[in-house]
Amino acid sequence: MSDAPLIEVRNLTVDYVGANSVSRAVNGIDFDIRPGEAFGLAGESGCGKSTVAFALARLTRLPGLVSGGAVRFMGEDVLSFSAERLRRYRWSEVSFVFQSAMNALNPVIKVSEQIEDAILAHRPRASRAETLARAAELFELVGISPRRLDDYPHQFSGGMRQRICIAMALALEPRLIIMDEPTTALDVVVQRDIIEQICELKARFGFSVLFITHDLGLMIEFCDRIGVMYAGELVEVAPASAILTAPQHPYTRALGRSFPPLSGPRFRLEGIAGSPPSLSALPEGCRFSPRCGEAIPVCVRLAPELRPTPATGGEAACHLLQ
Amino acid sequence: MSLAAMTPPAASEPVLEMRDVDMRFVLGGLVGKHTTLRALSGISLKLTPGRALALVGESGSGKSTCARMLARVYEPASGEISFRGTDVATLTGKALTDYRAQVQMIFQDPFGSLNPTQTIGYILERPLRLHRPGLNGAEVRAESEALLAQVGLVPAAEFLKRRPHELSGGQRQRVAIARALSVNPTVLLADEPTSMLDVSVRLGILNLLEDLKREKNLAALYITHDIATARYFAEETAVMYAGHLVEQGPSQAITDQPRHPYTQLLIAAVPNPKNKITGAAVRRAADIPLWTAESRGCPFAPRCPRATDICREIMPDPTLVGDGHTARCHHL
Repeated sequence: MSDAPLIEVRNLTVDYVGANSVSRAVNGIDFDIRPGEAFGLAGESGCGKSTVAFALARLTRLPGLVSGGAVRFMGEDVLSFSAERLRRYRWSEVSFVFQSAMNALNPVIKVSEQIEDAILAHRPRASRAETLARAAELFELVGISPRRLDDYPHQFSGGMRQRICIAMALALEPRLIIMDEPTTALDVVVQRDIIEQICELKARFGFSVLFITHDLGLMIEFCDRIGVMYAGELVEVAPASAILTAPQHPYTRALGRSFPPLSGPRFRLEGIAGSPPSLSALPEGCRFSPRCGEAIPVCVRLAPELRPTPATGGEAACHLLQ
Repeated sequence: MSLAAMTPPAASEPVLEMRDVDMRFVLGGLVGKHTTLRALSGISLKLTPGRALALVGESGSGKSTCARMLARVYEPASGEISFRGTDVATLTGKALTDYRAQVQMIFQDPFGSLNPTQTIGYILERPLRLHRPGLNGAEVRAESEALLAQVGLVPAAEFLKRRPHELSGGQRQRVAIARALSVNPTVLLADEPTSMLDVSVRLGILNLLEDLKREKNLAALYITHDIATARYFAEETAVMYAGHLVEQGPSQAITDQPRHPYTQLLIAAVPNPKNKITGAAVRRAADIPLWTAESRGCPFAPRCPRATDICREIMPDPTLVGDGHTARCHHL
């Protein structure tokens, strides 16, 4: 892993524009994804994880609006890409695997054609034989027999459809694959197979992954580093193992306490009381303070900033850490 | 015979019981060309007041079919379901209405299970008026408010006026629970009640169900594919595969010392933050076999690392492997 980041996100701000209101879904976040790294974004529904992912791929559409900050891909400013540059950026440099494999595939077109389409859109001079050979190769990579290339999406199980989506994401050998809840709809055994497959492919091809899931256990197992988001802000960034063993932010700790363990004594977990604030009525000071059991007077006045946390080698935004 | 007239069972006695229940579905419509799917094969389960039994297994293993049979949506092809000693299949008229009130379901999707055009007040009022006709208007309202307070939706008067789309997923699931409680049930059948909810909300719903189970001495069936929440909420866990119960016992014993190869596979697949994924990918997932009239042996045999010839011929009976812990495997 080299030190130069593949993706740098600086002060990224994304708004959702209403008729007479603007909600800030992502409020000035900073993080890097290094080459070959799996970076996870954790947090409750609505915290802005997927909004960040969409902004990185320049897929934000109205009413969403990237209103500030920068995204740099290998030093280039992604937010000012021309249409032509953007076309090269999407899919051949950064590809996407969505949660719902059912909706990501066209039900009336053979999967081979869908894979070939993705290749041809970016490699217009490729011959039919070449694209077909590549599709077969991709099927092999994700563990599906190339004999099934001419089948339609409905002829595959949910897990296989998600494998096909991963194959499509790999088609042009991108540097980064954004995976937004790639295994959430799947059974646990299928999920295990797919996540191991992704790990194997990642080791082989060296791409980076931006991984989004609400399953913190899975994220810690798969990712190298994790950013924890709350109400549109990053509250902690740390190596994956530290999220469990040495969580610095009270929200990270509370999130960790929301998952019943599979071993040890059975006892009652309290999780996180309350629910995240509405983006149109954000609290003063630290956004987590109304739900935080450890809040002190300064928390409700002043928003804390991310500061290095020597204990984890990461960063956290909490007044208690000073 | 009215069910209410029967004496409530002692705490250790099951209130609702499935004995050797089989369920079949006919697949394919053409005469002489159809296949009979054996959705459940010889299922025996007991639900006890104040305790929860978790049913775990992959999609298509028959978990929801079990719940639907207990709710008398389907009649068993063979075997018996008994409620406080009475065969449920014999219930008719008033006794059946009573049974339907006593055994309540909570569904996975709180977006689909509440009528979007009605207020929460109306949604709670309906079962009260149908099953407790003695209540007058003011009593119905007071009861609705008490139910909402019980599931943590306060101020209750405020929630009565709202419609489902104004509530979050967790709040909707709380309304569904309040509706189930409105008729004073003795049994709750919860079919994946938390799988569509956010993590932080999930635990709140499980804790609420836990409190209600204790306070109201409810017998609960908890269907899930999440073996960690099964262990958290349910005292006992039963593992299903292709319509067969393959292992059953205290939840902690099932997760700490799983004995059936299928249970071991399931537990190994659960994300474990203490591990790091290493090594090459191995394919473990496979389709659950279509279990038909012709199928023989152990349904897990085609996927099982320990399978031998006998496994493909005979499904073993349950073997006692620990205190109240049984597994059905030739190679324990």
